[in-house]
Amino acid sequence: MEAINKFNGIVCPLNRVNVDTDQIIPKQFLKRIERQGFGQFLFHHWRFDDEGNKREDFVMNQMQYENAEILVAGENFGCGSSREHAPWALLDYGFRVVIAPSFADIFYNNCVKNGILAIRLTEEEVNGIMEKAQEPGYRLFINLKDQDITDRKGFTAEFDIDPYWKEMLLNGWDEIAVTLNLDEDIRSYEQKIGSGI
Amino acid sequence: MAPKTIIEKIWEQHIVHREEGKPDLLYIDLHLVHEVTSPQAFEGLRMNNRKVRRPDLTYATMDHNVPTINRHIINDPISKKQMTTLEQNCKEFGIELADINHPDQGIVHVIGPELGLTQPGKTIVCGDSHTSTHGAFGALSFGIGTSEVEHVLATQTLWQSRPKTLQIKVTGKLGFGVTAKDLILAVIAKYGVNAGTGYIMEYTGEAIRELSMEERMTVCNMSIEAGARAGLISPDEKTVEYLRGRRYAPQGEEFEKAAERWLALATDEGAEYDLTLEIAGEDIEPQVTWGTNPSMGSGISASVPNPEQFERQADRESVSRALDYMDLQAGTKLEDIPVDYVFIGSCTNSRLSDLRAAAEVAKGRQVQEGITAIVVPGSQTVKQAAEAEGLDKIFTEAGFEWRESGCSMCLAMNDDIVPSGKRCASTSNRNFEGRQGNGSKTHLVSPPMAAAAAVTGKFTDVRKLAKVHQ
Ligand code: SF4
Repeated sequence: MEAINKFNGIVCPLNRVNVDTDQIIPKQFLKRIERQGFGQFLFHHWRFDDEGNKREDFVMNQMQYENAEILVAGENFGCGSSREHAPWALLDYGFRVVIAPSFADIFYNNCVKNGILAIRLTEEEVNGIMEKAQEPGYRLFINLKDQDITDRKGFTAEFDIDPYWKEMLLNGWDEIAVTLNLDEDIRSYEQKIGSGI
Repeated sequence: MAPKTIIEKIWEQHIVHREEGKPDLLYIDLHLVHEVTSPQAFEGLRMNNRKVRRPDLTYATMDHNVPTINRHIINDPISKKQMTTLEQNCKEFGIELADINHPDQGIVHVIGPELGLTQPGKTIVCGDSHTSTHGAFGALSFGIGTSEVEHVLATQTLWQSRPKTLQIKVTGKLGFGVTAKDLILAVIAKYGVNAGTGYIMEYTGEAIRELSMEERMTVCNMSIEAGARAGLISPDEKTVEYLRGRRYAPQGEEFEKAAERWLALATDEGAEYDLTLEIAGEDIEPQVTWGTNPSMGSGISASVPNPEQFERQADRESVSRALDYMDLQAGTKLEDIPVDYVFIGSCTNSRLSDLRAAAEVAKGRQVQEGITAIVVPGSQTVKQAAEAEGLDKIFTEAGFEWRESGCSMCLAMNDDIVPSGKRCASTSNRNFEGRQGNGSKTHLVSPPMAAAAAVTGKFTDVRKLAKVHQ
């Protein structure tokens, strides 16, 4: 995965709570056997009507958010199915950062593994960002190393992240390679428990 | 020694590596694989020249895509490709596969327990969020994403942060006509889809102890709908008896030894949880969801709520969006809502006891005209057992369709789709927008409630239909 530290981008406000992964990427698009190419299907039923026309009233279809790279949403974002196609679709569409008051556990892990920075802020902070993001071109500046977020209008917030995930993201490490370095430990565990299902 | 929960006991037994400031590296005892979330993981292994570390701890099946009629005609070329890809991957990496022609084929969370692969004290993962089902046996089981699938294939381990523990205590007894599905829907309605986020849940209390193993699976299955990655129940004699003689369970003397170990895993008297939530079994009615997430539901005697009655602005907005999508008016009695489709199946409710309970309601009645009602057994084994006792006949005589095993209309990835605008009474676990087909409207219910809806044409309190035979 690609390393991430300092990042700034236009903010797209998705003012909904409990956004589930069935909405992020509907199941009819899960049939590919690659990791790429899911961006075009992101939020498909919210972006397009049954005839495939763009729904003009959906926030991501508005011109000012066309190049947004930071998605801000309500609590419990990414609940439901464990499909990793959801972060693949977000990344492929161009979102590198997602901000919400809370995330579903599996979705959060899936983000980290793909180099997406999922940031928890308070509900108040998130609401404040949603409001300011109504204005065209509103950007947030994120510094993972210092764990802070700012804008050009004097807003600053700090965020928490597990030190292990932080290190992964900062370095863009391949987690499997890291674990395989612990092969000794895995082997001695296996010897201890014996083998077989 | 300080008393411990089963969650802590299993966790500690599986630590391969622990370091300050890092999650724990846990060993995985069983990895279940299906066709939709695995292709990219195998591809990753190939690209990096990696092997599957323990094919002997890995077991695969096909369930999400498979057709439930004319099994061998797969119209969708991409579905077909996912299935043949799984076949090739299992062959290449030496993994046992119950493919579409295999007598053990079925929904991954139905066949794991059926084959005795699922056992107390195991860590079990699968690229599917309803892996929590296996928690019914006192196994620590949870859903993972595809990158984690690849990680487990390559290393047989997973990095996991120590979760907090949440006790869901269900006191008292369930009333007549109230099932395990109603129990878990009531818990989610009361505490919300977010209640378990960051926790592993253990279900305790008299009402849980009374449940059969199949009913416990229904409860644990929906832990993820309350936000928890895993939910489990301490093993007891019922757990042991269920597993006795199953193909992959230990046999003979080994079994007795294992049983002793399993029973010792149960949470110790006096162990503490980070949080406890309670619900009274007696208060639970048969449930119906009216909205677009599993917490938007109530007892059958209630009406569709008014968004204005919710305290938080965010809830008012999402309830009002949900009612729009579901095309429901606040104040409509749940019992006045008509249905177009009925689906009995999914990893939540497709086991033999589920089908029996639905058949009891269907017996001697007729599916109302204009309603499509399908019954999809969870596995080939369930299907055969049901046919052996004539359940298929009861269903078909009542006007239900009797299908082959698979996920089917739970997520409508095969041809079993609820058309746009149609309303479905479904025994599955998710009522998200479009889950059963673009524009479809899903109401989650128990198997008897689904059968009652089919034969009356609308949601009906099944207790009014059932002969009182207590
Ligand atoms: S039945 Fe539904 S919820 Fe269960 S594994 Fe299949 S698709 Fe997932």
